[in-house]
Amino acid sequence: MYQYDKFDHQVVSERVNQFRGQVERRIKGELTEEEFLPLRLQNGVYLQLHAYMIRVAIPYGILSATQMRRLAHIARTYDKGYGHFTTRQNIQYNWPKLEDIPDILESLADVEMHAIQTSGNCIRNISADQLAGVAGDELEDPRPYAEILRQWSTFHPEFAHLPRKFKFALTGSDNDRAAIAYHDIGYKLVANEAGEVGFQIFVGGGMGRTPMIGKEITPWIEKRHLLAYTESMLRVYNGYGRRDNKYKARIKILVHEMGIEEYRRRVEEDFARSIDGAMNLEDSEIARMQAFFAPPTYEDAPAQDAEVNALLESDKKFAQWYSRNVEAHKQAGYALVSLSLKTKGVPPGDVTADQMDEIARIADKYSMGQIRTTHKQNLVLGDVRIQDLPDLWRELKKVSLADPNIETITDLICCPGLDFCALANARSIPIADRILNQLDDLDYVHDLGDIRMNISGCINACGHHHAGNIGILGVDKKGEEFYQITLGGSSQTDASIGKIVGPAFSYDDIVPAVTNVLETFVSLREDDERFLDCYRRVGMAPFKERLYENN
Amino acid sequence: MKIIKGQEIIEDSWTRVADEDDLPEGQVIVSLARWQQDRESLLSRGNSGLGVALDADHHAEDIADDLEHFDVVALNFPVFRDGRAYSVARLLRDRYDYKGEVRATGDVLRDQLFYMYRCGFDAFEVRADRSVEDALKAFDEFSVVYQPSVEEPLPLWRRRSS
Repeated sequence: MYQYDKFDHQVVSERVNQFRGQVERRIKGELTEEEFLPLRLQNGVYLQLHAYMIRVAIPYGILSATQMRRLAHIARTYDKGYGHFTTRQNIQYNWPKLEDIPDILESLADVEMHAIQTSGNCIRNISADQLAGVAGDELEDPRPYAEILRQWSTFHPEFAHLPRKFKFALTGSDNDRAAIAYHDIGYKLVANEAGEVGFQIFVGGGMGRTPMIGKEITPWIEKRHLLAYTESMLRVYNGYGRRDNKYKARIKILVHEMGIEEYRRRVEEDFARSIDGAMNLEDSEIARMQAFFAPPTYEDAPAQDAEVNALLESDKKFAQWYSRNVEAHKQAGYALVSLSLKTKGVPPGDVTADQMDEIARIADKYSMGQIRTTHKQNLVLGDVRIQDLPDLWRELKKVSLADPNIETITDLICCPGLDFCALANARSIPIADRILNQLDDLDYVHDLGDIRMNISGCINACGHHHAGNIGILGVDKKGEEFYQITLGGSSQTDASIGKIVGPAFSYDDIVPAVTNVLETFVSLREDDERFLDCYRRVGMAPFKERLYENN
Repeated sequence: MKIIKGQEIIEDSWTRVADEDDLPEGQVIVSLARWQQDRESLLSRGNSGLGVALDADHHAEDIADDLEHFDVVALNFPVFRDGRAYSVARLLRDRYDYKGEVRATGDVLRDQLFYMYRCGFDAFEVRADRSVEDALKAFDEFSVVYQPSVEEPLPLWRRRSS
């Protein structure tokens, strides 16, 4: 993974000092809350319903075991003993005291971490495919470019006060695991006709109250132009994006209103004038970054293991875990293992400090000391020997991190909702909990196959309901919580936006409504058809009919 | 009025003239509209000093062909969260090679000065209710930057070996 040098260390430590000063000025009253707000936001500090919250950046979802131990320490020392992994591969703490935050930042800086630009109207933490570098279907590892973009975007002076927040995601695979179509800018490493690898770029995707799928701005640009082209895209947005209405300020609205053709024309006009300027990436810089992400030295580990094979026959629980949580690695003899953070009785994405320490220990023991976070709020161990799977599974079970539900209906994405968030209209965590309790028959859940269910507590869509095969959106009706169901969303390569089925359901009725949708699916499904494929084949009508037949 | 110029506090010698007021003697800053309307008479004043003030919805292109006539370009921040003028300053310096003063006016606060400076602003009218002396500290908070910008022509990756 990337290692800081003296310059990177200096940037984060000077940032800690700057923020310490800003907090002191706020406490002394030299800064008003209005003036402090964008300063604290650009350092990931929100004021939520009950307390301040701090969001810590995990660039493109890569953590060392050392960093995970530090996250545990922070949870224990400054929070209530847990942290929450987010849909943008970050972690947030819900209960820090404002005056402790400079110390938290200092503690993070020691392990090469920060909270820079994890919120605010600026370029946010860069996200990427959680299987970058280890997936067999990858053309090229996107992480070196993600790190190049991270450094370029850190305190970029021209883009610190954009019309609205701005999110990048990268993938190097045809199988999009990073939801690039739902980001302000999505980058995909692709080869041109000559076989030369460059970037295909999408712009103007997003969720929120106006969900949109990103549009292609260029089918291919040279790698060396990554930053110059990106800078032109941001410059046109900074100059022409709407600032009169925060709900129309994202780049998706600019691209929609201006049209992708006109937006592209302006970007390319600006780009043409800066094309071979200071932002040109030399091959040597790309190679320097790639060296940080070079594959580790893999052992010649056996692709088959007798104990694994025996357990698959004899232990149903192991077989269930193996079928959902273990994936093929590009290296023979190794596997990718997902740790589910979707467990009954625990808010999706929450991990205790003790679990974090265990994850760090387990990563050191079984996966080269590295952990990956996913935008679906789970963790991945990226380099596990197949022969270690049985021992790993036993250790994960002891700390409740072996729920065999990855990509099933219960692997749901969920925002913090009205339990924590100042923006929410409705609770989302209790809905997730009730669904996890309702669907506790693992055989049934596994039979249902891949289903993405996402829950948002309000129209801002932090729970990605638009991208759920089944989406749930909390709304407020005269002070009462109601829930809409959307169907057919996807954030994968064939991205689509879910459509609302019909009138919203009450808090009590929403979970039965979800089971109704699942029963309809089972009755319509052909063979092992996925929910999304079934929905795309039969359409909305049969689901709607069954959901509202008693009305 | 005291302003920051070249990271020092100085007494401002420029007069911002409202569109409806007569032009005084000496160094004046007029609006873009007045420049466009009274171009000839403004140029006939000789070289006593002329500046133009742009609002946040104006663009560098609006004055790109006229820059030789201006000693000062003043860019207004209606509210500190409005970041459009950063791009305008950057383009004035990098693209149009403007060497005169680029001045930040309006809601100009300490915590934005370093970004402004890096985009090419070299004069700052700090908001009247804030301490100019305090604002000066903003220039010392960071000693390392990643991007090339007006004060640093090379990206950090070309400076790492030093």
